Amino acid sequence: MRTYSQVFSELAKVKRTALIPFFVIGDPDFDTSLELVKTAIDAGADILELGIPFSDPIADGPTIQKADIRSLKSGMSVNMAREFIRQVKSYKDIPIGLLMYYNLVYQYGTEKFFKDFHEAGVNSVLVADLSIDDAEEIISPAASAGLDTVFMVTPVTEPERMKLIASKTTGFIYTVSLLGVTGSREDLSDTVGSLVSNLKELTDVPVCVGFGISKPEHAVTVAQAGADGVIIGSKIVGLIESNLGNKDKCLAEVSSFLTEVKKALEDHAG
Amino acid sequence: MKHSGRFGDYGGFYVPEVLMPVLEELEEAFYRFYEDEKFTAELAHLSKYYAGRPSPLYHAKRFSEHVGFNVYLKREDLLHGGAHKVNNTLGQGLLAKYMGKTKLIAETGAGQHGLATAMIGALFGMETKIFMGVTDIERQSVNVHKMKLCGAEVVPIEGGTGTLKDAINDALRYWTAHVTDTFYLFGSACGPHPYPTIVKHFQGCIGKETRQQCLDQIGRLPDVVVACVGGGSNAIGMFSGFLDDEDVKLVGVEAGGRSLSSGQHAATLVAGRVGILHGAKAYLLQDKEGQVRETESVSAGLDYPAVGPEHCMLKDTGRVEYVAAQDDEALDAFELLTKTEGILPALESSHALAYLMGQKGKLNREQTAVANLSGRGDKDVSIVEEHRPLEQ
Ligand SMILES: Cc1ncc(COP(=O)(O)O)c(C=O)c1O
Repeated sequence: MRTYSQVFSELAKVKRTALIPFFVIGDPDFDTSLELVKTAIDAGADILELGIPFSDPIADGPTIQKADIRSLKSGMSVNMAREFIRQVKSYKDIPIGLLMYYNLVYQYGTEKFFKDFHEAGVNSVLVADLSIDDAEEIISPAASAGLDTVFMVTPVTEPERMKLIASKTTGFIYTVSLLGVTGSREDLSDTVGSLVSNLKELTDVPVCVGFGISKPEHAVTVAQAGADGVIIGSKIVGLIESNLGNKDKCLAEVSSFLTEVKKALEDHAG
Repeated sequence: MKHSGRFGDYGGFYVPEVLMPVLEELEEAFYRFYEDEKFTAELAHLSKYYAGRPSPLYHAKRFSEHVGFNVYLKREDLLHGGAHKVNNTLGQGLLAKYMGKTKLIAETGAGQHGLATAMIGALFGMETKIFMGVTDIERQSVNVHKMKLCGAEVVPIEGGTGTLKDAINDALRYWTAHVTDTFYLFGSACGPHPYPTIVKHFQGCIGKETRQQCLDQIGRLPDVVVACVGGGSNAIGMFSGFLDDEDVKLVGVEAGGRSLSSGQHAATLVAGRVGILHGAKAYLLQDKEGQVRETESVSAGLDYPAVGPEHCMLKDTGRVEYVAAQDDEALDAFELLTKTEGILPALESSHALAYLMGQKGKLNREQTAVANLSGRGDKDVSIVEEHRPLEQ
């Protein structure tokens, strides 16, 4: 199974930042969602971030909340999400990070969750409502299942805490570029540069930046800041939302947007 | 964090990383000020002259006759704002002021906490935003208007069922983006640490006063103390005065909604399973996979799928008995107290009274029960009218 470190070390050789699109599994339904993810892979995604929908996603803005509701209404369940991942992996061996809320892991049974989802092909699980203080609840079950642990750093994380987070992170650090929940933004926060360079001084763990990235220029700014990956969520989910009645157009728009971002990242890498 | 915020295995602070620094700041400030001489003096002054503490313990003789044992009511309904909520908003509002915060946000269900926060926002001259579900805005419109009159902005929340849970989701989201200047004035003894501890502390006056009033007025401690449980703030405030008095039976009453078997209720401790929501591990109404269930209750203040972590521990240890009262039982209790005493109880508090009505024949004339009358029912008159139209 392809790992994060394989991806990041290959990209480091060509000095290119990884393209990491985010989807809510099952948005708007299982089959369309699978086609969308395959389209993203074809458009050049290096890693996938996938969310299992939750009824109360407190770290997400309106766009992803609505996607969670669409997916749940279409009948998505945790067990179906596992099947979804299996099908993605049989299409292509690409690293997959899950982004989700703790109650779903907890109800499934933490150890069993990590074991089953690792088997399905997941590389890491980022629990949005679990800070580094409670990380022990997942670190050892994740490690024994063979998963990487991804944690978040934000613009209000103090350097001491960054060090602690870096020391417990194995896959990549998910750097939140702004104060707030997920959602597309017109402008990228100007703290991104300093946040990434601070982290780079503290750790060798790859740094990926997410939240609010919605244009190729944003991705280039993140690349210029020295990040190893750029995570794009709400922008893509918004494209799905605005093309709900028209699957072909939806697939085409997601594809052309990701192709554009990928090209911008490649041009930047030179 | 300096403290684990755990009550047994319950509680904790299951929040996104971005909220950790502000929760740490809050914890630090609370422990710095809560016993500070100047802080406590200012809070005591406001509690007395602004809120109207101490609240009376009233012997409801005609209600007592009806149920066949002595019933005393802790009259939190007489406080400014019409509910116990002001105890907490004064305490946290003052804390916000001592921390140098200039903006307040709060969630609200029944609108009582929203109103109590809006009052304190006006009192301290702080910009105030209240997050409230659209269903609750509709059924508690009087309180919405009062909040606006106090100068607060009421933010309608469409998500989910438009009730308290959804208001908390959005208040947390807003706070995530405004952590630097905004104080989140949380309304119940739940949510992430340090809120359960802070809210219990500021509501602790209910139990402390009640215990002393029992000794002064009855000459002994009561046999039973009962309170309604939404998030759990009025109940933990009341129970905290009696936890060490083992002979005093403590009962928490949750919203049984239509009925427990229908699934349309909000009886978290009675019918829930341990899970994680809004920053804490606690009993939770959820489906098999952990999706949070929609709840239902005639009383907006109890219409919440989780509950404070200390109540979860008290359930497990057996120190407190938790039961549910259905909508129709609460409405019966509302009517009985109104008819026998001329006191309109909040529909939330009516759940506690409903439990006492159910004890008819089980407790005797020599025995005494205290119910926390957590709020007054003016806000609920139109809901009662809807369910129990007056005969002309
Ligand atoms: C009068 C009254 N009692 C009780 C409650 C329930 O809250 P808690 O369980 O925190 O006391 C509310 C909540 O709005 C209320 O307004």
